[in-house]
Amino acid sequence: MNNYLTDFWQATPIVSLAIFALLTLIVDAAGKDKPVLSYWMSLIGIVVAAGFSVASLGASTPLFNTMLAQGGYSSYCNLIFLGSAFLCIVLSRNYLERLQYHRGEFYVLIILATVGMMLMAAALDLMIIFLGIELMSICLYVLAGFIRKKEKANESSLKYFLLGAFATGFLLYGIALIYGTAGTTNLALIGKSFPQLSHNSLFMIGAGMLIVAFSFKVAAVPFHMWAPDVYEGSPTTISAFMSTGAKAAAFAVFVSVFIRTFDIGGTKLSDVLAIIAAVSMIVGNVTAIAQNNLKRMLAYSSIAHAGYMLSGIAAGNIEGETGILFYLSAYVFMNIGAFGIISWMEQQDDKKLTFDDYAGLSSQHPAVAALMAIFMFSLAGIPPFAGFFGKYYVFLAAVKAGMTWLAIIGVLTSLISVYYYLRLVVLMYFRDGQASIEEKVSAPAMAAISCAALFLIVLGLYPSLVVDIAKGFFKI
Amino acid sequence: MLEGYIPIFVMLAGGAAFGIVMVKLNELFGPKHPTEEKYTTYESGMEPVKSARERFSIKFYMVAVLFILFDIEVVFLYPWAVTFKGLGVNGFITMAVFIFILLVGYYYVWRKGALEWD
Repeated sequence: MNNYLTDFWQATPIVSLAIFALLTLIVDAAGKDKPVLSYWMSLIGIVVAAGFSVASLGASTPLFNTMLAQGGYSSYCNLIFLGSAFLCIVLSRNYLERLQYHRGEFYVLIILATVGMMLMAAALDLMIIFLGIELMSICLYVLAGFIRKKEKANESSLKYFLLGAFATGFLLYGIALIYGTAGTTNLALIGKSFPQLSHNSLFMIGAGMLIVAFSFKVAAVPFHMWAPDVYEGSPTTISAFMSTGAKAAAFAVFVSVFIRTFDIGGTKLSDVLAIIAAVSMIVGNVTAIAQNNLKRMLAYSSIAHAGYMLSGIAAGNIEGETGILFYLSAYVFMNIGAFGIISWMEQQDDKKLTFDDYAGLSSQHPAVAALMAIFMFSLAGIPPFAGFFGKYYVFLAAVKAGMTWLAIIGVLTSLISVYYYLRLVVLMYFRDGQASIEEKVSAPAMAAISCAALFLIVLGLYPSLVVDIAKGFFKI
Repeated sequence: MLEGYIPIFVMLAGGAAFGIVMVKLNELFGPKHPTEEKYTTYESGMEPVKSARERFSIKFYMVAVLFILFDIEVVFLYPWAVTFKGLGVNGFITMAVFIFILLVGYYYVWRKGALEWD
């Protein structure tokens, strides 16, 4: 056994964020009722970890006896998770103060969940994937029920926990079957023997169980049932975090297992994933039309977006991977932006969450309405916003892998989605109403949301910024 | 490969059959003289007062959860202590990190008053 202690100093993004999580917890426990301190500590921790991630974007090195990868692909994914966590924390402060649930633990849990996500993206071993998923999920179960005296929050937390525990069972059983047939949990070694293993039915059952577990985490049909209820009951900023950070982490694992490790192109796994993708796009988009609650609408839309991204996984080629990485970078910011604006509008006891509450918003708050319109256009995939190129790249990957039918379903269902995204824009701009935001939006939250919108426009105008970085990971 | 397990399967089947046969024989041939007392809940000779299904204070759960957390710590400490010499400095520092993380949790629990009963 070689000396792995020095590896602690190399896994800087994960270790530094974990240290900050512990420090924040100590600060929160030591100073009573000063959650603002925890707020700043957690933001500093995220910035530090993001700095380390940027510094290690170039090369990737295996650490801890090839358990973790440091740098490259994982660093890029880290930046997505950290961006999501940062925005969520900035938005949460005012939101929680308004609901009188401003506690330091909230920030500690968000950072710990982010550490779990980073472990998932960095994992080179199935056990680390399991560890990361659990660390992330357990924090999210608690966060979903953070408004603990609200009945719906309790419901969403319990539902998420019970179904999540079930999905974990699938994950472990799948890992056990893969270990039983491949003789190792190391991803690189499994990948080497994948051509022989793909004819072994036990191994394929194990891989299928992994698909079930990961599809649950990304909320793809038919494992999506929890998403609308959980997103509706959770604090709005946590719905934002779950639908962006957690989903991005699950996709990072999807990519690293099913594209980077298994060469699934042309196997049965690819067909299964293609069908899940197609059904997710259809069910997500069609059901979203019928929703009147915005949080539920965004939940179904996030199911549809999981479907778009899964078509990149089903393609299983280089274009699929770069497409998903691009899609995630865009999706995280547009979805968190939309949820963020909903959290500004929302009133006590789940009021002001329906479409009609947004009628005439543009006359009262032109800036907020404009930002919301940008996020909706981007979610609908209208150029020049980043959402368009995300869809373009994943559908291109599907076509290159010979799955033209999947791309056609994708394009047709995104046409359906335009209806319910633009319905909100029409209400905000072309209907008279008394939509207003009761309390003043805090300057940091406004700045954060504006940055997200700006990022979407820049990414939409210069998509090669991200694609070049993403393509670089494949050469290593 | 599976042939080696045949004795175990025979043993399992035999055990299950023996258990079922014995219970069923008792049911068929045993004398039955039911009285009302025989059907009441047995509670060390005491008269049962009411149903046991009611709400308990959260404190009991807190104690149980904390007990499990710190109990599991000991489970990890034992194998480490047994192989302490072989693991050397590496093992010592890794365990120190683990204990430190646990201590942070302990400090948090203590400060938040979860260890106080009232």
